Amino acid sequence: MLMALGASPVKGFTKLLTGAFGSWGALTETALKATPLLFVGVGITIAFRANVINIGGEGQMVAGGLLATIAALNAPHFPAIIMIPFVLSAGLLGGAIWGAIPGALKAYYGVNEILSTIMLNVVAVQLMNYLLRGPLIDPEGGGRIPQTQRLVESADLPRLFGSGRFHIGPLIAVAAAIAAYIVLWRTPLGFRVRAVGLNADASRYAGIPVKRTIVLALTMSGAMAGLAGAVLVFGSESHRMVTDGSTAGFTGSAGFNGIVAALFGGLHPLWTIPASFLFGGLLVGGNAMQRAIQVPSALILALNGLVVIFVVSSDRLRKRLLERPPMVIDDPTDLIPPVQEATPAPLGPGSAGGDP
Amino acid sequence: VSDLFTQSAIIAIFAGGIRLSVPLLVASLGETFGQRSGVLNLGVEGIMLLGAFGGYYVDLKTGNPWLGLLVGVGVGLVMGLVSAIMSVTFKADQGISGIGVFLFGLGLSDLLFQKWVGTPRGIDKFPELDIPGLSNIPWLGEMLFQHSIVIYLAFAAVPLSIYIINRTTFGMNIRAVGENPEAADSLGVSVARIRYTTVTIGGTLAGIAGALLAIDLGIFQQNITNARGFIAVALVYFGAWRPLGVMLGSLLYGFVGALVLQLKVLEIVPNQWSDIASMTPAVITILALVVVASRFRPPGALTKPFTRGA
Repeated sequence: MLMALGASPVKGFTKLLTGAFGSWGALTETALKATPLLFVGVGITIAFRANVINIGGEGQMVAGGLLATIAALNAPHFPAIIMIPFVLSAGLLGGAIWGAIPGALKAYYGVNEILSTIMLNVVAVQLMNYLLRGPLIDPEGGGRIPQTQRLVESADLPRLFGSGRFHIGPLIAVAAAIAAYIVLWRTPLGFRVRAVGLNADASRYAGIPVKRTIVLALTMSGAMAGLAGAVLVFGSESHRMVTDGSTAGFTGSAGFNGIVAALFGGLHPLWTIPASFLFGGLLVGGNAMQRAIQVPSALILALNGLVVIFVVSSDRLRKRLLERPPMVIDDPTDLIPPVQEATPAPLGPGSAGGDP
Repeated sequence: VSDLFTQSAIIAIFAGGIRLSVPLLVASLGETFGQRSGVLNLGVEGIMLLGAFGGYYVDLKTGNPWLGLLVGVGVGLVMGLVSAIMSVTFKADQGISGIGVFLFGLGLSDLLFQKWVGTPRGIDKFPELDIPGLSNIPWLGEMLFQHSIVIYLAFAAVPLSIYIINRTTFGMNIRAVGENPEAADSLGVSVARIRYTTVTIGGTLAGIAGALLAIDLGIFQQNITNARGFIAVALVYFGAWRPLGVMLGSLLYGFVGALVLQLKVLEIVPNQWSDIASMTPAVITILALVVVASRFRPPGALTKPFTRGA
């Protein structure tokens, strides 16, 4: 693909790799870029375990970012130790609401969640544009720039390792992934979610409240994306929420790229951690490559699309092969074989990052 | 607010609404074929983006919008086939594989645009075709009969689709395969062939829709479709899998879009209210999804890959 664009593939990939993983600065940049992917990816895995597909990560991120911003604008002067959990919870709540709506629509009205989450993405972006151009606009900006004022400093995510941009966001994301793993595999709630995902009818006969479980799974899924939105706002350089009129302007398409990371991580919360790091690296490295050999970083997005296409096509192939002998299923993760070998060749060098 | 009810504003809203609804109409008509045969193709957005870039680029280089449209056809055909391979042959999860096509289209169209074009430049549009006689009717003439020819063709596709789906053997096979592929298969209908055909039709129309959008706007930019492809998929549900319903849904989006445009041009309400107004079709669509889910039944085999004997 690079050659088709008239650039040296060797130089391109060297730049891609060193730009993403080659130095301490690059690694922290990669971790920051991976953070929203990980949050969204973990959310996707939760929903998927209940056999619900959540395409609404974009909208849920926006909803989380908005509610967290509103919380920060209206909160009394808390110290940072209270303020940060407060605004992050607001983000979580915003995403949870945006996830609960399609959950309830699916459980109680039979509305296809793929469509409702997509439509809620559209609603969220208009809501963001309205709020940031209207009620929440920076009073000092002269009403021209659609952004909030600089949010209170006590809500800034603490920086780590001295003066760099690295903040605690990635650590929260990893903690969220571990928490999701524990909830899904070590609690009764997680058991119900997975049971509903494997066989809704059997679960109903077993007395599991199927509808409520579906709502809950999408709510938790949305909450993860909402956290991603809040972390984006309070970990940003400008410490404001800004819109360029599109969702991608705020989310960087993490709501979709998170799906890629989750798929690549075999739809398992813990495997999503290295997968997100890998794809965060691709995004950061893609920018480095753009600067070095003038190949637009949009290439990375196109590659991500190919990854999804290959993974879903081949995953199915392998499942079909597995279907022949009857299986005893102890753990549903057994159903999802590791997907690393499904990677298209260009990603080869990076897939080494797939080990935790 | 009275400015909104002047003759020119009302005509602009109607004529603009019809114009804006066309890409949605074309894409969602195509998607209707796929869904009626049991395949939900979520990749419409990505195919539209590629069709939009292809159409824009060729129009830019040749100055001929018809060649641009032709490229949209070609791009859509290829991407439709790819989608069919994924969903029919590989039986990929239809909710997720479409996201792959979307990301691929989003990335590739932007990549090629930056590499081959760089700065946005305007392109030639389709000529307008005033229908003799009818276009001189006051009000109605300007609203309905002074459009470019592709707009008439797009609306002509609605009765054609109704006819194909409801009155032809091919249409009957589509519905059979979508409702009960096992039964259709046992009667000798090739489920795979029908689905390949419908998904390719859907892809081709999505490519056309993208090219029409870019040529109508006269420009290309990153993510130019701005979720129109996703909305088109939802509109098929909105229209309860019927071409006429799909057309009504497309017109709703078109009219609200044109209304918002007029509100901005006339500056009669604060700017942020137009954001609220743009939100209404999406909210209405969600409500419509609820109504449709309770009143209508989707094709029985929708999103279910078919395996003989399974």
